[in-house]
Amino acid sequence: MYLGRVIGRVVATQRYAGLTGVPLHWLQPLDEHGADMGDALVACTVVSAGPGDLVHFVDGREAALACPETFVPVDAAILGFVEQAHANDKFIGRTAAGAR
Amino acid sequence: MLIGKVVGSVVATRKDEKLANQKLLVVQVHDHSNKPKDQYVVAVDSVGAGHEDMVLYATGSSARQTTQTENRPCDAVIMAVVDSWDLGGANVYEKWS
Repeated sequence: MYLGRVIGRVVATQRYAGLTGVPLHWLQPLDEHGADMGDALVACTVVSAGPGDLVHFVDGREAALACPETFVPVDAAILGFVEQAHANDKFIGRTAAGAR
Repeated sequence: MLIGKVVGSVVATRKDEKLANQKLLVVQVHDHSNKPKDQYVVAVDSVGAGHEDMVLYATGSSARQTTQTENRPCDAVIMAVVDSWDLGGANVYEKWS
């Protein structure tokens, strides 16, 4: 799984049948410093994340297991919010002081 | 998933029989600010995407998770036709404009 920041929303009404009602968001993967890592991608969103949120997501086939219907062609899914992540004693997200 | 524009199609009568009667479309990858990249993918169409449609496609084993591509040698499937997207509230692409 990776850290990511939701940067936009995608509207696609004509889609694979099993994906009705699943929101799609643009997601920028982040490294442990919170800097952009690689290209942005589109992910299914199973938590109510919106643009600007720090999240963690899974890619590959397992992403489909997070969707309401699991037999769907999905290779990225946002699993949850990240209040705070720290690595090499660097903090990302909401630090103790509550700054984003 | 990644976004791309359907720029062509592939006709291959002699191919693996498991790929028989699948619509193969050539998709040029676009980035999130709708800039076309010099990267193309041949993807199986599962939603009826047409020429010059902006589409969303899944790659890897996830591409085999449709009734149409199950147990077939396919690693890219078009699973949605994009109507619009925005980045931080600013519309980047609109199909109807």
